[in-house]
Amino acid sequence: MSLLIRYLIASILLWSCVAHAEPVAPLDFAAAVQALNADNFTAKEQAIAALAALGDERTRVVLIAFQEGNLQYRKADGKVVLVREVAEGYQLTDPIGETDLGVVGKRDVKKITINNALRRVLREAIARLSLTSKRADVRLTAVGELTGNLDVAAVTLLERARATEQDAEIIAAIDTALALNAVNSATPSVRLEAVAALQGSLLPAVRNRLNSVAEGDADAAVKQAAARAVKSIETKLERYALAETVFFGLSLGSVLLLAAIGLAITFGVMGVINMAHGELIMLGAYTTYLVQQAMPQYLEYSMLVAVPAAFLVAGAFGIAIERGVIRFLYGRPLETLLATFGISLVLQQLVRTTISAQNVTVSNPAWMSGSWQINAALSLTYNRLYIVIFTLLVFAALLLLLKKSALGLHVRAVAQNRSMARAMGIRTEWVDALTFGLGSGIAGVAGVALSQLTNVGPNMGQAYIIDSFMVVVFGGVGNLWGALVGAFSLGVVNKFLEPYSGAVLAKILVLVFIILFIQKRPRGLFPQKGRAAES
Amino acid sequence: MRTHNSLISKLVQSDRGGSVLLALLGIAMVLVPLLNLAVPESSALHLSTYTMTLLGKYLAFALLALALDLVWGYCGILSLGHGAFFALGGYAMGMYLMRQIGERGVYGNAELPDFMVFLNWQELPWYWFGFDQFWFAMLMVVVVPGLLAFAFGWLAFRSRVTGVYLSIMTQALTFALMLAFFRNEMGFGGNNGLTDFKDILGFDLQADTTRAGLFVASALALALGYLLSRFVVNSKFGRVIVALRDAESRARFIGYKVEMYKVGLFVFSAMLAGIAGALYVPQVGIINPGEFSPLNSIELVIWVAVGGRGTLYGAVLGALLVNYAKTYFTGAFPEIWLFALGALFVLVTILLPRGVIGVLRRKQAETAT
Amino acid sequence: MSSEANLPHDIPGANFSAAPQSRVADPEVLDTTHGPILYLEGVTVSFDGFKALNNLSLYIDDGELRCIIGANGAGKTTMMDVITGKTRPDSGSVFFGQTINLLELSETDIAQRGIGRKFQKPTVFEPLSVFENLELAMATDKRAWVSLFAKLTGEQRDRIDEVLTIIGLTTERQRRAGQLSHGQKQWLEIGMLLMQNPRVLLVDEPVAGMTAQEVERTAELLLSLGGRHSVVVVEHDMEFVRSIANIVTVLHEGSVLAEGSMSKVQNDPRVIEVYLGE
Repeated sequence: MSLLIRYLIASILLWSCVAHAEPVAPLDFAAAVQALNADNFTAKEQAIAALAALGDERTRVVLIAFQEGNLQYRKADGKVVLVREVAEGYQLTDPIGETDLGVVGKRDVKKITINNALRRVLREAIARLSLTSKRADVRLTAVGELTGNLDVAAVTLLERARATEQDAEIIAAIDTALALNAVNSATPSVRLEAVAALQGSLLPAVRNRLNSVAEGDADAAVKQAAARAVKSIETKLERYALAETVFFGLSLGSVLLLAAIGLAITFGVMGVINMAHGELIMLGAYTTYLVQQAMPQYLEYSMLVAVPAAFLVAGAFGIAIERGVIRFLYGRPLETLLATFGISLVLQQLVRTTISAQNVTVSNPAWMSGSWQINAALSLTYNRLYIVIFTLLVFAALLLLLKKSALGLHVRAVAQNRSMARAMGIRTEWVDALTFGLGSGIAGVAGVALSQLTNVGPNMGQAYIIDSFMVVVFGGVGNLWGALVGAFSLGVVNKFLEPYSGAVLAKILVLVFIILFIQKRPRGLFPQKGRAAES
Repeated sequence: MRTHNSLISKLVQSDRGGSVLLALLGIAMVLVPLLNLAVPESSALHLSTYTMTLLGKYLAFALLALALDLVWGYCGILSLGHGAFFALGGYAMGMYLMRQIGERGVYGNAELPDFMVFLNWQELPWYWFGFDQFWFAMLMVVVVPGLLAFAFGWLAFRSRVTGVYLSIMTQALTFALMLAFFRNEMGFGGNNGLTDFKDILGFDLQADTTRAGLFVASALALALGYLLSRFVVNSKFGRVIVALRDAESRARFIGYKVEMYKVGLFVFSAMLAGIAGALYVPQVGIINPGEFSPLNSIELVIWVAVGGRGTLYGAVLGALLVNYAKTYFTGAFPEIWLFALGALFVLVTILLPRGVIGVLRRKQAETAT
Repeated sequence: MSSEANLPHDIPGANFSAAPQSRVADPEVLDTTHGPILYLEGVTVSFDGFKALNNLSLYIDDGELRCIIGANGAGKTTMMDVITGKTRPDSGSVFFGQTINLLELSETDIAQRGIGRKFQKPTVFEPLSVFENLELAMATDKRAWVSLFAKLTGEQRDRIDEVLTIIGLTTERQRRAGQLSHGQKQWLEIGMLLMQNPRVLLVDEPVAGMTAQEVERTAELLLSLGGRHSVVVVEHDMEFVRSIANIVTVLHEGSVLAEGSMSKVQNDPRVIEVYLGE
C-alpha cells in the first residue's frame, strides 16, 4: 500500500510541475495555439502545458494533430494550421475557428517539429484531455490507448479519472488498465490481486501479459493464478468465437434464405423451376446500383428507395416471364427449367450490353458500415446484422401475406388443387402471374441485400441459384418454414466447416451432404404428406 | 465381316435417320482427311487443319449429345451434369497426354507435370499412377465417369429422386466437381487445368496427320456409339426404359427393378460422355475445370432439344447445328451469341418440343397424306 | 395348351390358370396352408394426422374373390398401396401367406412374388404398342442385364397372342397404347395383369368408364379367375359387385365396418347408417 501512496504523491508532484511550472500569463486559445510554433522544444513543452491548462474543447484536436505531424505553419505568415493531405497538396484548416483555409502546395507550409520527449508530453496531455472529455467514447478510447503501457504519470491520470468516472464500462476498462500495470509490481500480493482482477478481461494485451506471468513469474501462487486466469479467458474467448461463427452462419443463412424464399414460392407453390431466379436477384442488385446513381446525394436513404424499386422491377420481370413463357409450359417442369435457363442467359447478356460487363460498385450507406463492438473479442458488422433482421422481416411479411391475405388464400388453394380452385371461381392465371411476380419481387429484394455484401455483376445470379435450390430441396418443397430452417442450418454448418476445410471445400462438403441427404429424405426436412405429395 | 454387316443392317433397319447418319460419317471419315492431306493447300477444295479439327470437335460433342439423349430422350432423366462425365473423360485423357510430355516441360521434370513442380510437389500423387500407359488411361476414360454415374445413380434412383429434383442434383454434382477441380490441392492443375500437350501415342499432336487420325477416331467413335445406343434402345431393355419414363410406378408394379435399369442406362451414357471428352481434349489441346461448369452441361441439353430428343440421330444433328451456330456467332457477333442461345432455349421448348427432327417428320407425314 | 387357347372368350380363366410360367424370383415358398393368402393385422396409416387406415385387419383366403366397398376416403386405395409396398404403414403387419412379410419387401419384389395390381386410373405404357405392353408385363426374368439380350420365344409369343384374344385387342396389337380408348386401356391393363400370372390380383375400380357389355365381360373374367387365384376388387358400382361378390367387406374411416355376404352386409344397420345417413 505504501508503494501506491508513494506513486500517488510522486505523480501529483510531477503533474503540478508540468501544469504549473510555466510563468506564462493566461492566454486566449488562439494565442496558445500560435505559441506552439516556438523555436525550441522547451518552449514548445511550455506552450503545450499552457494550452492544456486552458481546458478548451478544441485543444485535443490540435494536440492530436501536433502529435501526428499535422500541425504546421504557413510559410507566408507563420499562422499555425491543421493540414490534411489531399491530391493537390495540403488542405488547411484554421484550428481556431475550424474554418477552411483552402488547399496549398506542400512547400507552402512547414511542419512544427517534435522530439521524443515532446511526444511523451503530448501523449500524456492528450490522454488527460481525453479522459476528461465529455464524450464517453472518447474517454473509453483514451483508456484503451493507455492500457498496456502505463507510466507513473499515466497511472495517476487514470486513478484520478477513476474517481470521477460514472460510466461502468469505462470504470471497468480503467480497472483493467491499472491491474495490468499492477502485475508489474514487485510485491507478490499486489501481483496476485492484479491477476485476479484481470480474470475476465478479453483484451489481447491482458492475455499476453498473463501468459508471460504464468510462465515466468517468480512467485508460484501468482504463476498459478495467472495460469488459471489465462484458462478462463481462453474459455471465454472460445465461447465468443463460437458466437461469432454462429453469427456468420446466420448471416450467410439469411442471404441464402432471402435468395431461396422467392424460389420456395415459385417452386414450392407452383411447381415451377425458375432457373432465372438468380438473374432476378441480380436485377434487384442492379436496381440498387441505379437508384444510387440517380440520387448520389441521398445515399443514406437509397436503401429505402431501392427495396420497393427492386421489388417492382424484379416482380415486373417475373410477371413478364410467367406470361410470356412459363404459362405455355405448365405441367412440363423440365421444359420450364430449360426455357427459364434461356431467359437467364438473355438477362445476363442484357445487363452486360446495357450497363457493363464489369462489376459495378454499390456503396454502403454510412449507417450500414462499421460494426457493433460487443466486447474486445466479439463485434458484429452492421451490414450483416441488418440483413439478418431484414431477412426475418421479409420472411414474416411473406408468411403473413400467405396466411392472412386473399391473395395468399388463393395461392394456397391453387397450390393444393389447381382444378378445384379453378372450379371455385379463382382465376388461376392471375394467381399464377401474381405468385410468380411475388416470388420474383422477393428475389429482387434479396438482390438489394446482396448488393451490400458482395460484388454486383452480371454473373452474380448464377452463384446463388444452386444454393437456393439446395435450401428449398433441403427444407422441403412447398414449406416456407422448411426454407427458413434449411437456410439457417446450411449457413451455420457452412461457417463451422470453413475453418477446418476452407471455404471452397466447405461448399463442396455441404453440396455432397445435401446430395446424400436427399437419398435418405427425398422430400426434405419438412415434407408435405398425404395424397397431394404422392404424384 | 458379313455377320457384322448383317448386325448393323438389322440395327438400322427401319431407322432411316440412322442409316443416313452412318453413311455420312462413313463418307466424312474418308473425305475429310483426304481433302486435308491429299489436296494441296492452294486448291479451293483444300480443307484446312483448323476446320478439320473443328469438325472433329463437333463430332465429339455429337457423341456427348447422343449420350444425353439416351437418358433424357428415352428415360426422361434430364441430367444437367453430363458435362461432368465428359470432363472426367477429358481429364483422364489429359493426364495421359500430360505424362507424355515428360522432360519436354518447362521445368524438364521427367516424372512430374509442370504445375506440380511449380507447386513444389515432390512426387506424383497415387491417382496419377498408370496414366503414362495409354491403355490404362483409356480404361479410366470410361471407368471413372462410369463409377461416378453408378455411385450417383445408385443413390439417386434407389431413393426415387426424379424429375426436377434429379436435374438440380446433377447440376449440383457438376458444380461441386468444378469447385473441387479449381483447387490446386486436387492435383489436376487447378485453374489452368492440363495443357501444353505434345504428342499422343508418339504422334505429334500438331501434325496434320495426327489431326486427321483424331478426326477419323471421333467419327468412328460416334458411329460405334450410335450403333451401341441403337442396340440398347431396340432391346427389351430399351422398351422398359421408355415404359418407366412415363409410368415408373406401373413398371415397378409389374416387377421391374426400375432403379437398376436407370442406373445401367445412366452408367452407359456416362461412359459414352467420357469417351467424347477423351476425343475432345487432344483436339482442342486443353482441359480445365471450366468444362465442369453447369452452363456447359445445360448448353448440351439444348443441342439435344434442338435436334429432337428420343431419336438419337436428332441429338447428333442438334449438336452439329448448334455448335456450328456458336462458332459462327461468337466469331461474327460475339455480343449476340448469348441472346441467341437464350432465345433458342425458350423458342425450342415452346415451339419445337420435338426439335428439328420432329418438324421434318411432321412435314413428311403431311406430304404423305 | 393349344386346345385351351381355342376355347371361347367367355371362359378365359382356364387359359390363364394353365399358363406354364412359374414365378422366377421367389426363393421362399408361399405358405397358404392355414387358409388365408393375405393377412393384414392392425394396420394404421396416417397422413398429417388424418388416419387413412385405422387399425385395419383383413384376411383374404387363397382362391377367394373378395369385393371391397366403401365411401370415398374409406381407405380402399391406401389399403392396396400398403399391400403392394407403395405406402408403408405406421403400425401393423402385412403377410403374404404365412411367411412372407410384405413390409420388408419393395414394390418390385412384391410384384415378382405374385401380387399384381390394376390401378384406379388405367396406367399403361402409352408410347409402346399393345403387344409391347403385354411383352413387358410377362412373367419372366426381369433383371436389367437379361433384358438387354432378351428375345421372345415362340411360346411366349403364343401366350401374348392368347391374352390379346382374351382382352379383345388382337387387331390393335401394333397400335400405340396411348391411342386406345379408355375401355380398351382398362382391358389392356387387365391383360397385363394376366401376363404377370400373379397369385393375388388387386383390382381397383375395373369397370369405371366401361359400357354395360364390357362390364359384363369383366365380371365373367374376374369370376373365372377364382379358385386358383385370389382376387380383391375395389368397386363403387354396386350392381357389378352384386354380380360377382361372394364375400363383401365394407370399409369405413380406415377400418372394417362389416363383412359377409352381399345381402347380410346390405341389411347391416351400421352400413345403412353410414351409407344413408342418420
